[in-house]
Amino acid sequence: MAEWPKKTEYLGTRTPRVDGAQKVTGAAKYSSDVQPEGWLYAMILRSKWPSAIIRSINLEKAKAVPGIKAAVAVKDGERHVRFYGEELAAVAGVSKQACLDALRLIEVDATPQPFVVDPLEAIKPDAPRVFSDLPNLGEAKIKEEGDVDAAFSKCDVIVEGEFSTQVQLHQALETHGNTIWVKDDSCTAWASTQGIFSVRDGLAGNLNIPQHQVRVITDFMGGGFGAKFGPGVEGSLAAKLSRETGLPVKLMLTRFEESLAVGNRPSSYQKIRLGADREGRLLAYDLDAFGSAGFASGGRTAGGGGGAGFPAPYIYRIPNVRAKHAGVAINAGSARAFRAPGHPQGSFGMESILDEIAVKLGMDPVEIRIKNDPFEIRRKEYEIGREKFGWAQKYRKPGTSPGPIKTGVGVAGATWGGGGKGTKAQATINPDGTVEIRCGTQDLGTGARTVVALVAAEVFGIPLDRISAKIGDTDFPPSGGSGGSTTTASVAPAIYDVCSRALWELQTQSGVADARGAGFAAACRKLGMQPIVAQGEWVEGLSSSGAGGVQFAEVEVDTETGFVKVKKILVVQDCGLVVDRLTAESQVNGGVIMGLGYALYEERVMDSQTGLCLNPNFETYKLPGAADIPDIEIVLLDMPERGVIGIGEPVVIPTASAVANAVANAIGVRVRSLPITPDKVLEALDRIPERTAAVPEELEQSFATVEAAPAVEGDFAEDVPA
Amino acid sequence: MPPEPSSSSSVSRRDFFKGLGVSAVTVAAQRADAVAQELQKFNNEKVQGPGPVPIELQINGEKHTLNLEPRVTLLDVLRNHLPLTGAKEVCDRGTCGACTVWLDGEPIYACMILAIDAQGRKITTVEGLGRDGRLTKLQEAFVACDGLQCGYCTPGFVMSLSALLERNPRPTEADVRKACSGNLCRCGSYPRIFEAALQAAGVKTTSKTEVIRHG
Repeated sequence: MAEWPKKTEYLGTRTPRVDGAQKVTGAAKYSSDVQPEGWLYAMILRSKWPSAIIRSINLEKAKAVPGIKAAVAVKDGERHVRFYGEELAAVAGVSKQACLDALRLIEVDATPQPFVVDPLEAIKPDAPRVFSDLPNLGEAKIKEEGDVDAAFSKCDVIVEGEFSTQVQLHQALETHGNTIWVKDDSCTAWASTQGIFSVRDGLAGNLNIPQHQVRVITDFMGGGFGAKFGPGVEGSLAAKLSRETGLPVKLMLTRFEESLAVGNRPSSYQKIRLGADREGRLLAYDLDAFGSAGFASGGRTAGGGGGAGFPAPYIYRIPNVRAKHAGVAINAGSARAFRAPGHPQGSFGMESILDEIAVKLGMDPVEIRIKNDPFEIRRKEYEIGREKFGWAQKYRKPGTSPGPIKTGVGVAGATWGGGGKGTKAQATINPDGTVEIRCGTQDLGTGARTVVALVAAEVFGIPLDRISAKIGDTDFPPSGGSGGSTTTASVAPAIYDVCSRALWELQTQSGVADARGAGFAAACRKLGMQPIVAQGEWVEGLSSSGAGGVQFAEVEVDTETGFVKVKKILVVQDCGLVVDRLTAESQVNGGVIMGLGYALYEERVMDSQTGLCLNPNFETYKLPGAADIPDIEIVLLDMPERGVIGIGEPVVIPTASAVANAVANAIGVRVRSLPITPDKVLEALDRIPERTAAVPEELEQSFATVEAAPAVEGDFAEDVPA
Repeated sequence: MPPEPSSSSSVSRRDFFKGLGVSAVTVAAQRADAVAQELQKFNNEKVQGPGPVPIELQINGEKHTLNLEPRVTLLDVLRNHLPLTGAKEVCDRGTCGACTVWLDGEPIYACMILAIDAQGRKITTVEGLGRDGRLTKLQEAFVACDGLQCGYCTPGFVMSLSALLERNPRPTEADVRKACSGNLCRCGSYPRIFEAALQAAGVKTTSKTEVIRHG
């Protein structure tokens, strides 16, 4: 088995990303920036109905608009569209203005159908059906271990609670889209994607041409967070338009479209019962839960969307567990994998109820976690964290903070798998002492290009400026999609392998026994006219999976306005061998800040009366901004012997749970629903009347429906795409 | 010259209101005058559009003459009619700051101004910031501090914060936060963006990260 060197020169340093200069000057060309000769602008017409039978689409008037070169429908013939924003047709023309004019002239003959966008409505037996031949409530799954009823009868304390989490939107700043050029049965696509090879295969299928005739390029991409894998409907439409015109077509979604149709984190509703003995050992756990992943949600109706499942009872080992879950279809855009799919939902319910049982037992929240956490590394992280955070000084009994602005602290833990998988790479050593690495991975912003360069620098012992790291092209040796925090753990070992092979060959050919470092250039000169070209791949032993992390939060809650201000987040995170400290820490910052959005600000709002999304923009879908950023302290637990482990996802998980626990600690009552907006805080404090929007009886009925539904045995966490 | 400040006792309540009334009337009259002048100017102008009209823009010191419909925004021109794609289109509604450019040195959202209205003004985009292909101090600090991840918001932040450093070379962290409060970053690079701006200004920052060896 391969091993990383014990002493490293480049790995683990704080190395600025190799393509930073291009990004700060605007020189970096994203897929939305490329301008191939003669390119056309393209836009999509979307359904204005949450549900409708589309009888026909007339594109003739649109095609006649000056400047319009092509117009195509998503599908010929009658079809059923199932959410506000579903794609109907697309146009391509010489300007955005021509496209806007053309979209207005497309005639759609449609018969609107009854719809339902609220999961609490959709779960009712007489609700309008998203799919006419299937119930909205999908097949329920149940996981049972031990004897839950018997265990509860032996518990010293039992707590019960109902929790809910919202639909969160990915909102990558670069919207979904591509610039695609189909010419003579070959296709070049500049895609904003996390998986260049999955886009290639998807486009080849769409165009019915061989995969080797499709080349996908992603030099830079503006964020994905799990929502950007295949070419998508927008990709196949751009390909269609390009084939029709023979010209390159750029089709990037607008922010409005981005909010409706290209993925989200599904909602969850959780009714949890938790029991423990006097010492705080968790003995029994019971859950009824449901959630909606949009129109494709719900067991048998699932059609390519992410499941609404989540891991339960999350990171804790409880001997007696019954967990039941179902997905409910609604007329809304489908969910997709979203940074640690399922985990933030599972974490919020479990970490909240765990704090409630700790309060009831009079136990310290950190203590109860250490007592019940089966993962040794995380137990250590709690110890490190409470010391650094000053937990003992800061923690006080819930609700005892004086004055109108109350302070509180909270804590939560998380887990993530990650791990590496098959990646291939090629290394070329040139006689002038420069090195080129080619690897068909892509950089979502985590610094993949820098990882490639750093590993090569380490193996050859030469500075980064002698190395050219080439990624983001399907003409290069293949790598997997960037999902599940697997990129660094997949790519770094492959680069290590290919560079080690290239170095061995250099030494053999040049006759220089140790060509590393100072001797490298001299050895290369001996190559004459023959550069070394080596192939390599991911090897066992340089990466592993299973990262644990904990976060501590300190908040201020204004009990007069309900406003929550997060003052500090401390992260203690394990990630094996740190490849680049600088970019690793940036990912931690990013996870925490996205977690803050989930905790306090972000929520897709649907209107039950019209079936429309009410906040498909950044004015009303609130992302964390400069004023919202707390002091973030990061402690990375370095374990090089474990090899590389991805860090992108674990760090987004526990933030909202820690913040929610801190809010409950500050005000002495719990807000059981994310995001924790001021109205919910004031409602919890009895400062405003209960809102009619969150009808508790309806929620009770929904849980009763799930409880009564027939179920198959299974763990619903496994439905969630990573 | 402004009038000498007088103590409140020397002005009667009646005088005060009388003065207020007069000045309000004066302002109103001036405003009506200004509106009339604007209207006059507007009526004298040739109606522009809806078809393409010649538009001349001064961008990064270079003159560009284009034939565009008056409804085309400055951002649309930069990204879709010129090769200046540094400014990004993220929201197209003035909410995210990714398209920030300078108009006569002031940061503005390029998606919120029509190209036709930007004529005669000095437009600076991120491409026009450095000299002779060299990075500015702020750009260098962005790279060194890793004030970016996917980088799509970066040109906008760089433009907002470069403008801050032009008018306030020694900002506090609060100044920095305020200066980029109109910019959004989805990757969550804010802490390092703040750090980069302060570092570029020579203000000392402290690192809040550490690595602990396990075991």
